[in-house]
Amino acid sequence: MTDIDHLNALEADVLAAVEAAVDEAALEAVRVAALGKKGSVSEKMKTLGGMDPEQRKIVGPALNALRDRVTEALTAKKTALADAALDARLKAETLDVSLPLRESGLETGRIHPVSQVTDELIAIFSAMGFSVAEGPDIETDDLNFTKLNFPVGHPAREMHDTFFLPQKENGERLLLRTHTSPVQIRTMQDKAPPIRVICPGRTYRFDMDQTHTPMFHQVEGLVIDRDANLGQLKWVLEEFLKTFFEVPSVELRFRPSFFPFTEPSMEVDVRCRKLANEIRIGEGDDWLEILGCGMVHPNVLRNCGLDPDAWQGFAWGMGIDRIAMLKYGMPDLRDLFAADARWLSHYGFRPLDVPSLAGGLSS
Amino acid sequence: MKFSLSWLKEHLGGDADLVAVTETLTRVGLEVEHVDDKAGELSAFVVGHILEANRHPNADKLQVCMVDVGRGAPLQVVCGAPNARAGLKVVFAAPGTVIPASGVKLGASEIRGVPSAGMLCSSRELGLGDEHDGIMELPEGSPVGRPFAPFVGLDDPVIEIAVTPNRPDCLGVHGVARDLHAAEIGELRDPLTAVIRGEFPCPVNVRFDFGDTEPLSPFFALRMVRGVKNGQSPEWLRRRLKSIGSKPINALVDVTNYLAFDRARPLHVFDAAKVRGDLVVRRGRAGETLAALDGKTYALDETMCVIADDSGVLSIAGVIGGAATGCDETTTDVLIESALWDPLAIARTGRALNVNTDARHRFERGVDPEFALPGLNVATQFILDFCGGAPSEVATAGEVPARDLIIDFPISEVTRLTGLAVTPAEVKTPLSMLGFWVTGVGDRLKVSVPSWRPDVEGKADLVEEVIRIVGLDRVEAKPLPAMTSAAGARLGIVQRRARNARRTLAARGLVEAVTWSFVSKAQAEAFGGGAAELALANPISAELSDMRPSLLPALIAAAQRNADRASSDVALFEVGQTFLSDRPEDQRMAAAGVRRGTAKARGAGRHWGEATLPVDAFDAKGDALAVLAALGLAAGAVQIAQGSAPSWFHPGRSAALQLGPKLILGAFGELHPRTLQALGVSGPLVGFELTLDALPQPRAKPTRAKPPFEGSALQPLNRDFAFIVGREVPAAELIRAALATDRKLVTEVTLFDRYEGPGVPEGKVSLAIAVTLQPREKTLTDAEIEAIAEKIVAHVTKATGATLRG
Repeated sequence: MTDIDHLNALEADVLAAVEAAVDEAALEAVRVAALGKKGSVSEKMKTLGGMDPEQRKIVGPALNALRDRVTEALTAKKTALADAALDARLKAETLDVSLPLRESGLETGRIHPVSQVTDELIAIFSAMGFSVAEGPDIETDDLNFTKLNFPVGHPAREMHDTFFLPQKENGERLLLRTHTSPVQIRTMQDKAPPIRVICPGRTYRFDMDQTHTPMFHQVEGLVIDRDANLGQLKWVLEEFLKTFFEVPSVELRFRPSFFPFTEPSMEVDVRCRKLANEIRIGEGDDWLEILGCGMVHPNVLRNCGLDPDAWQGFAWGMGIDRIAMLKYGMPDLRDLFAADARWLSHYGFRPLDVPSLAGGLSS
Repeated sequence: MKFSLSWLKEHLGGDADLVAVTETLTRVGLEVEHVDDKAGELSAFVVGHILEANRHPNADKLQVCMVDVGRGAPLQVVCGAPNARAGLKVVFAAPGTVIPASGVKLGASEIRGVPSAGMLCSSRELGLGDEHDGIMELPEGSPVGRPFAPFVGLDDPVIEIAVTPNRPDCLGVHGVARDLHAAEIGELRDPLTAVIRGEFPCPVNVRFDFGDTEPLSPFFALRMVRGVKNGQSPEWLRRRLKSIGSKPINALVDVTNYLAFDRARPLHVFDAAKVRGDLVVRRGRAGETLAALDGKTYALDETMCVIADDSGVLSIAGVIGGAATGCDETTTDVLIESALWDPLAIARTGRALNVNTDARHRFERGVDPEFALPGLNVATQFILDFCGGAPSEVATAGEVPARDLIIDFPISEVTRLTGLAVTPAEVKTPLSMLGFWVTGVGDRLKVSVPSWRPDVEGKADLVEEVIRIVGLDRVEAKPLPAMTSAAGARLGIVQRRARNARRTLAARGLVEAVTWSFVSKAQAEAFGGGAAELALANPISAELSDMRPSLLPALIAAAQRNADRASSDVALFEVGQTFLSDRPEDQRMAAAGVRRGTAKARGAGRHWGEATLPVDAFDAKGDALAVLAALGLAAGAVQIAQGSAPSWFHPGRSAALQLGPKLILGAFGELHPRTLQALGVSGPLVGFELTLDALPQPRAKPTRAKPPFEGSALQPLNRDFAFIVGREVPAAELIRAALATDRKLVTEVTLFDRYEGPGVPEGKVSLAIAVTLQPREKTLTDAEIEAIAEKIVAHVTKATGATLRG
């Protein structure tokens, strides 16, 4: 046998051993046996020194090539073994990712429709330059009625079935405000015109049936300026309703009506289509009464220290609960205050659905 | 206010039809609430003529009729009515007609093998009555093929309008017609009645006797008609009364009712034979009673105005008459009263006695004072016409008050308030047609207000009169000028806090509720409320009697209601007002939440991945601190005052949240078992409540810039320590002590283990903390680290009595 034949036999043996290795440890043993200090290939390398130059010229390159091939085979086998080991591990590592997670608060928490709609109102009116004014729920007769031009004992007061607090020793009897209009009075008394405010809040009337609750929410708006007029009132209401109901246009019908605190006074109907479970605003052949409004009565201006020939203004009011029900299809007013978690989860809003005009109000 | 179209037409000339009338009414502010137009609704039902009626070949109770319906050949109709017979005029409905009573659309059909081309209708099927034993029988002269309704007196639609309290003049048909006249859909007809001269002095006199008290009537007129025969009033009048749901009684009474509806002039009639002596108009007296026409007896007092004779009270002025002096068919001499009453007194009396009559309704809103005498005259004429008799002269007391109101009215006022440019004619014409007396030229008018318009007081009222007639639809929408600046928040600080609190709590999985502002007395008392000044004088129910001192009782009750509906794991919150007293400054904006069952912050109910635990004080603490953090108060800044929570919390498992000893923000914890028991609810239940107004006002800052970020290039290092400390020592104190060791170097202390049990002495706990050290200028040497560690131990030991666990 020639040296080359010997090398070929050695290579075949080593490669067979590499191929036969079943794991990384066995493969390491093969590597040491071949390429380690006393490995079969290393031993051969050591013999090169004892060869004559002619022989070394032949065997040297062959042996180097052999060592490279063995190294390559070892690397390839090592990778294959690692892959196989990982595959085997991964096979054992399955997770049933269909297992359900707990829902986070962002998914289960809810904002009440009244709060959400109030935020919608604020988004719309703040863009028109309105601030938000609030006042106490417990009011005086003076601010709830007298300053608003309700004559004492006038039948218009009968329209407001009022909750009263106990009469005091001095004869004063406080009440729960029947509308948010006292906030308008407080605003006019505290703030120099021009004024643009909306007054959302809780209001109370002695009433409890299918369509009335003893507590409900109102929003009123007030504009006082040198030339605030009915045309502007129409525009404000049209813009508001269009934006609120998220429709391209609305058609309003202004009907003369009566409120003690406005003159002229009007009720406003909006064109709609009444369907079984919803009302579509901005289309159809029906009219839906949606709010009351008018020019602030000169007596009210005077009562707040404003000269009705120098300042004028308009005001409007509507039920927040009612427009919330209309927009979001809630059928029964009483449900709004029943704190039924199922109802709240159904009709409530996700915590991060913050109304904004940029986002199109509702998401 | 109801009237029929034909009734209106007596006051309104021209040919305006029902649609024009109703549309105009609503447009001018007399909102049409309902129209009962039987003729219109039933116009598809025509007069048919039964030519033949034969037994149905297959059914005993059915007949096969040949009916002439006015077009084409007679139709074959199967009918089950026993009264169907040849020669009868009937109501025929062709296939395709909707039957009002059932709402069913009629189809061509075959009944027991015989084709039937329509239906003969009963009055019940037409929604006209209960009669269903047979089909409707029409008058013989009814023309075949024409709608049947006009031939049975159904051609007079009844209109119901809503009259606002400022328009007492429109509580009579005449006043309604005047508004329509001004809207130019017909001429106002004013049927004048010649003044009737009395034939003899009124035998009964009337005087006021209010003594020193405020008079409750300015004017009272009385007239006798002697020798009347009181029977039924004429058919036209009876029909009109019936059309608006008023029951005809007898001619004398019907006349007074009719004038109330026709001219908004309530009157009263007394049977003169039952009156003793003269009439006195005076205040009632405590102890007096009246048996009234409605069959009830009313107790009177000195706030009420009465009409009395020598025998006592006959009538409650302007509200309701007495039964004893009422007119019936035996009445021969009648006294007619036409008076003016103090509207406030009428309203007060009506409310106190709970009597709602058409007279009260009109008097409390204000009748036309100048029509008191003409109204009496019209009534007299009707009575003479219907009942005969001889009229007396009119006896009066007091005077008709004059209200000569003339308003200076610049035409420009219309434009100023509405934005609509109008011509002088557009202002003058409607006002004149409404009965205002308009003089003046150019822009400045003088407008005299008619006696029937007590609501008109000034310029703004006249603007309304003009604009409602000229048409609100002519006012064009004009953009509100943009605000000069968009700067500045639109919401106040507490409003912003409320909004933030809501979104924060919802993000933690709580569901927002809106509960009543009033709670029961027991609930109020259980949460520190129940003061007399906050108890409603007229609560709608005992459950809703007191202004709430806290949001918690209603939330707790709601949690229980949900639990009773099998939703036992609920997390509810509310952000809303609470009341400490009746003063405005004691109304607070609170945020509160409750968690029940397993509704913990990380999720409710059982889960495969973790143990199911009941809610505990830490869930409530997390909610409260999350709100405070959202409002700018870091958890470290808030003191947790164990044992200081209000009495409705569990004393050992709750705390007040405060900033210093005086500034209490709220509390959290488990609810006190006794509180839950008092409210009749079961736990586990935890909650918190914060007063959003209590937070300190944020300091005004010149800039929104945040402090510069300091990210050290040096590695922070962690050291763990375990301490044995008394069980009564709050862990927060230990953490605080560790942090305070070196505020520069110690940047974070985390408590990662708490243990009590074997290996730890009785009454002690082991608390393990991880301390993060952040070197600032250079890495710490081992010696430096050792030194700081020793310092930490010493500091903690000194502050808490803790020892390092060996």
